[in-house]
Amino acid sequence: MSTNGQNGDGLIQLSAKDFKTDQEVRWCPGCGDYAILAAVQSFMPELAIPRERIVFISGIGCAARFPYYMQTYGMHSIHGRAPAIATGLSTSRPDLSVWVVTGDGDALSIGGNHLIHALRRNVNITILLFNNQVYGLTKGQYSPTSPVGQRTGSTPMGSIDHPFNPLSVALGAEATFVARSIDTDRKHLTEVLRAAAGHKGAAFVEVYQNCNVYNDGAFDFVREDKENRIRLEHGKPIRFGAEDEKGVRLRVDGSAEVVDVAEVGEDALLVHDAHADEPSIAFALSRLTRDTVGAAPIGVFRDVARPVYDELLQEQIEAATEKSGPGELEALLHSGDTWTIS
Amino acid sequence: MAKPVEQLDQVVIRFAGDSGDGMQLTGGRFTSETAILGNDLSTLPDFPAEIRAPAGSLPGVSGFQIHFSDHDILTPGDNPHVLVAMNPAALRTNIKDLSRGGTLIVNADAFTDRNLEKAGYTISPLGDGSLDEYQVHAVPLTSLTIEALKEFDVTKREAERSKNMFALGLMSWLFTRPTEGTVQFLEKKFASKPEIANANIKAFRAGYAFGETSEAFTAQYEVKPAKLRPGTYRNVTGNQALTMGLVAAGVQSGLPLFLGAYPITPASGILEELSRYKHFGIRTFQAEDEIAAVGAALGASFGGALGVTTSSGPGVVLKMETIGLAVALELPLLILDIQRAGPATGMPTKPEQADLLLVLYGRHAESPVPVVAASTPGGCFDAAIEAARIALKYRTPVFLLSDAYLANGSEPWSIPDVSTLPDISTEFADQPNHEGQFQPYLRDAETLARPWAVPGTPGLEHRIGGLEKADGTGNVSYDPDNHEYMVRIRARKVAGIAADIPELEVGGDEDADLLVAGWGGTYGPIAAAVRRVRKDGGKVAHAHFTHLNPLPRNTEEVLRRYDKVLVPEMNLGQLSKVLRAEFLIDAVSYNKVRGLPFTSGELAEAIEGLL
Repeated sequence: MSTNGQNGDGLIQLSAKDFKTDQEVRWCPGCGDYAILAAVQSFMPELAIPRERIVFISGIGCAARFPYYMQTYGMHSIHGRAPAIATGLSTSRPDLSVWVVTGDGDALSIGGNHLIHALRRNVNITILLFNNQVYGLTKGQYSPTSPVGQRTGSTPMGSIDHPFNPLSVALGAEATFVARSIDTDRKHLTEVLRAAAGHKGAAFVEVYQNCNVYNDGAFDFVREDKENRIRLEHGKPIRFGAEDEKGVRLRVDGSAEVVDVAEVGEDALLVHDAHADEPSIAFALSRLTRDTVGAAPIGVFRDVARPVYDELLQEQIEAATEKSGPGELEALLHSGDTWTIS
Repeated sequence: MAKPVEQLDQVVIRFAGDSGDGMQLTGGRFTSETAILGNDLSTLPDFPAEIRAPAGSLPGVSGFQIHFSDHDILTPGDNPHVLVAMNPAALRTNIKDLSRGGTLIVNADAFTDRNLEKAGYTISPLGDGSLDEYQVHAVPLTSLTIEALKEFDVTKREAERSKNMFALGLMSWLFTRPTEGTVQFLEKKFASKPEIANANIKAFRAGYAFGETSEAFTAQYEVKPAKLRPGTYRNVTGNQALTMGLVAAGVQSGLPLFLGAYPITPASGILEELSRYKHFGIRTFQAEDEIAAVGAALGASFGGALGVTTSSGPGVVLKMETIGLAVALELPLLILDIQRAGPATGMPTKPEQADLLLVLYGRHAESPVPVVAASTPGGCFDAAIEAARIALKYRTPVFLLSDAYLANGSEPWSIPDVSTLPDISTEFADQPNHEGQFQPYLRDAETLARPWAVPGTPGLEHRIGGLEKADGTGNVSYDPDNHEYMVRIRARKVAGIAADIPELEVGGDEDADLLVAGWGGTYGPIAAAVRRVRKDGGKVAHAHFTHLNPLPRNTEEVLRRYDKVLVPEMNLGQLSKVLRAEFLIDAVSYNKVRGLPFTSGELAEAIEGLL
């Protein structure tokens, strides 16, 4: 989402605490959501948008309590529908900065349809998906991102559902901005928020978020083991590992693989291009996961320009007004064949 | 030699043919000619859900009925005086409705063995004496049209397709309708294909000339203009009037209109029509599904727009969770339900009024929503403004009920003077309302409505949501007393609207023993039936509900005035159930669910049975 809510009056001096509300935060102690909330509250002043022009909209789930803790306008709505509600708000109020906070169940199960359509339309909203691979608020059932075999309250013998990869879904929907970060990595998360906020159109950010009660350690392979974070930086060869000894290379079939840099040479590595029109390579990168390579890319996968839904609609309104003049009710009521009885 | 012209006070004509025969267009053009002539009129399109059912088949028959007169009328008429049947299937499905002695015009060319067989005839009804009680004109419409167009550079198939215009020309001659409008219409419709335009105009004129010269037609008929109330009129369908009503609600409220909708019969026309009015600043959004449609409308309302969503029963069901949220959020929202026969897909192009209990009670928990119902096609305009007025003033979702009969049916509509339309503007909150703080649920003492503070208003930042809110602050609250209070005050707010809506009016004989109480789209047939009974000397009163929640404040008093209360509904007794439950009144139901409007004849009979 772009920062079109920006105030032209100059810099507004706000701090993180200006974005805190008087409401007690009620997530479980140790929940990854605390870190994300703190990162967002710290980042908000940088937007230089007055608080009254920022709106957080959420659905249902643990993540969905987020708006109650942001001193902006906000709506805690119903399960899965936040992207649809945000679409109506953003489309009718292009002056606002509209954020959607959602979870894996909210965005990818009950609200999957709204998510993909908001992304393909390129509505001017930023969607933050807190992925913890479990239903927390309903006390621990498996989610659409839970790995096969995961034992939960509703899968005592292990999940048999093939999971969604949130980034693959977003890229498949041809989202114009797709990124991933980690709840505890404040610096990286802030960088990603900054890039997302600067994007015009729909921005989709997956945040690996630890649920320490129902799915503790789901992302330890990157949260704890930092050498497994494949940091994507535009224009740079993709390298990672404790000594940057590993890299990512494209296979001839277009898929991505992890290679030993010493073995293949740096020239063989994929140079990350976040602005490539074609989403195929970003999709290939999204397939690098704990299951496939024991590591996962973080950062901006894709950031491309495409006409924004809200602006296109506004342009049509302006074009129609230009052509027909501002609508006049009297003329509308009398349009078509009329006759008068005196 | 000019043929004699006979005067009639009213005529009912039905055009019936294959879905591909262009009967809706033909009926529509005849209607426009009739409107321009100044007759009162009422129309009933009756078409299948299939766009093109197998040609010549019984399910593929599409009909259009028009009733026009030199006096005020209320319905499209029970039984046509004239039936135009373009093929055997159209004849078979419609002949039972034709008045005894009525005029039947059939396309003789379509009565082939194959078409007869498809319609289930073993022998042609044109030759077996079964139509002896009617005045039958078997006209070879297809071959006459092809013959008329032989000079034109059009294919035989294109020439054949103009046969509906030939039929329209013949009917225009027979009922002395003006023709200029149809010629202009065809020129405009086929502007990019002048050859097709000219062929259609030629077919239309040939049909007119055929009437003049053919010996089969010995007289023309004339229906003089009706003496309607002075004013400027246009013909409107219910959906057109609803659309204009929504535009007017936007203008009269000073708010931008936002429509979120998903295509569904018979509501799609509103989405299509409103999307042409972008120069009014109207935003229309065709959503990915019904849920997103209402969600986007609610999001727009949160932002200070007049949020509207349009649908029909199956779509309304999908929206209900969001409407429940709107009840909790206490934001304005209009939900238009253009009812159709169900359940499930049911008969999507046919009317029913069986969603009343759905909109009154079809949400979880205590979730009161005001309900307004349109009674006539033209009345849809006022209903839209009224629904918006209630939604904005009381910060609540409001249902507006119409149905497929009102939506597609048309009548002359006296265009209102824009300066007389109600001002339904509302105020946004712009300052703190409680000790320097803003409390989003601090209510107006009179209306019990909460303040509407839209994003962008400095200092009033607040959060609303589906969790129960503390009175005043709007903070999340699980306090038992607070929940009880909030449930009751939401109910009280909606119930209180009764003081702000018109009282129930009684027409007919106020001192009668029998009251007929109806609601919504049955107004025309009920009023016509009451008129008929009274003309025959019976005493009967009629009350028609336009507000179903809350009911008008004098409802109980009105109902108790009469020994008997008859409630005709196109459902199995939904309003009747409400009246019984609310007032312990022993209402008698009269119910039909045939996917067709009531006839005034059957209602008159039902009324007489109780006198």
